[in-house]
Amino acid sequence: MAEFFQQLVAGLATGGIYATLALALVLIHRATGVINFAQGEMGMFSTYIAWSLIYTYGLTYWLAFAITVLISFGGGAGVYGTVIRPLQRSGELIVVVSTIALFVILNGAAGWIWSPEERAFKSPFPNRVFTIGGVTISWQDVGTIIVSLACVLLVFLFFRLTRTGLMMRAAALRPTTSRLLGIRVTIMLGLGWGLAAGLSAVAGMMAAPVLVLTPNFMLTVLVYAFAAAVLGGIDSPLGAVAGAYVLGVGISMLSTYVDYIATAPELQLPVALAVLLVILLFRPAGLFGRTVVRRV
Amino acid sequence: MPLLELVDVEARYGQVQALHGVSLAVEEGEAVSILGANGAGKTTTLRAISGTVRRSGRVLFDGKPISGRSPETIARLGIAHVPEGREIYGELTVWENLLIGACFSRDRSGTKRECERVLDLFPRIASRRSQQAGTLSGGEQQMLALGRALVAKPRLLLLDEPSLGLAPTIVSAFYDIVTRLNTEGLTVLIVEQNASVALDATRNTYVLEVGRVVLGGPSAELRQHERVRSSYLGY
Repeated sequence: MAEFFQQLVAGLATGGIYATLALALVLIHRATGVINFAQGEMGMFSTYIAWSLIYTYGLTYWLAFAITVLISFGGGAGVYGTVIRPLQRSGELIVVVSTIALFVILNGAAGWIWSPEERAFKSPFPNRVFTIGGVTISWQDVGTIIVSLACVLLVFLFFRLTRTGLMMRAAALRPTTSRLLGIRVTIMLGLGWGLAAGLSAVAGMMAAPVLVLTPNFMLTVLVYAFAAAVLGGIDSPLGAVAGAYVLGVGISMLSTYVDYIATAPELQLPVALAVLLVILLFRPAGLFGRTVVRRV
Repeated sequence: MPLLELVDVEARYGQVQALHGVSLAVEEGEAVSILGANGAGKTTTLRAISGTVRRSGRVLFDGKPISGRSPETIARLGIAHVPEGREIYGELTVWENLLIGACFSRDRSGTKRECERVLDLFPRIASRRSQQAGTLSGGEQQMLALGRALVAKPRLLLLDEPSLGLAPTIVSAFYDIVTRLNTEGLTVLIVEQNASVALDATRNTYVLEVGRVVLGGPSAELRQHERVRSSYLGY
């Protein structure tokens, strides 16, 4: 039983990382109608910025964390304004292709600026464990859970409680009508991209100590986050976050209790995605996706 | 000086020209309707005013040209455009839909008061303020779309086919409210296929055919006009 809870906590920690990135994917999908394939690489690039701030400029971890999130926010809004928005007139396919281009550009740029070799990225949490009722839990996992949960919660509260959040939701749902109501839709969608970039930065900085910092380190995280978003419903922020926790815990359990996968970790990803495909066959809108009630 | 004036306005969607020089005027406090068949350019005329179609020619609001302005700016100047098909935010609550109508206002408590005042106008949606707007009936959605336009306290209200798809009793209830708003001083420009209702609710009427104004004058006179009777009233 102790092992079960240990795996549960570990699963919630990785699930939290997926949740942060999955939420970013959903924000972009709602705002722009496309999957941003560069979302993971945006997080990777941000993590390198944090790495430079810490290791080259000697900043403390949390100061570097805050500055990185701000820079990423600006970068995300900038990408929307300079690349995505001008291309939107040409159609969604062009935008999707441009996010793939962005993926390659960011990946190459990171390798060129910081070199492709592996870098150690320190964790802000103590490298120790504690035991409650026979269950051994690492501070690393607890910290990751808290940070990702806090980010997700902040974003939800922002959308629910603030005027700007309401305008952003409106702009994403009905751009033309929103303009008729005086909402500056371009600015709102730019804010959405900024927010998504900030979330990916957090996902990257939480994942880097567990994995290892290389230009490719966010690739599997993106695949899992994408799977989580689809599992929960790509248009449902709450669903995507729930999907991410389900996925994180699920994989953690699979790789503990299914001997076959425990001995062959490279099966984790394919098995997780196979399960996902089966679920989608029965629930195409995702586990938590719902078709909006609409009477016309 | 009219509150709204269009002088030789042309508009096009890509290669297709939809308006071929439309001129009309709406006086402050007046209710005006635009009649016409499908494709005559009624909706495009409203879109040329609110800035959601590429247009040339002169659009004057309160004497100042607005034809180069963006839809956001025009909305903030005091022109509220209720688009065809209502376009409410189905996923958001009734209350949120109203709040969005005055999102750009800096006066938060003033906005809330205005939303409450608007809900007083529509008791049927007032009781469902925390429901998803997508669950409202067609008539209620039309009321909500009107209410959402009103919270910004516009000087000019543009209504695009508000009677579309509504039961006759709902249509008359809707127009009762429009008439009441108009007598309280709101200037209204209505586009309608339901000519009879529009002629009753307005003082002046323009008739559009293939992107041009072919007739214009007091609604009561146009009601007797041969061409209006045969083409739009059907008797």
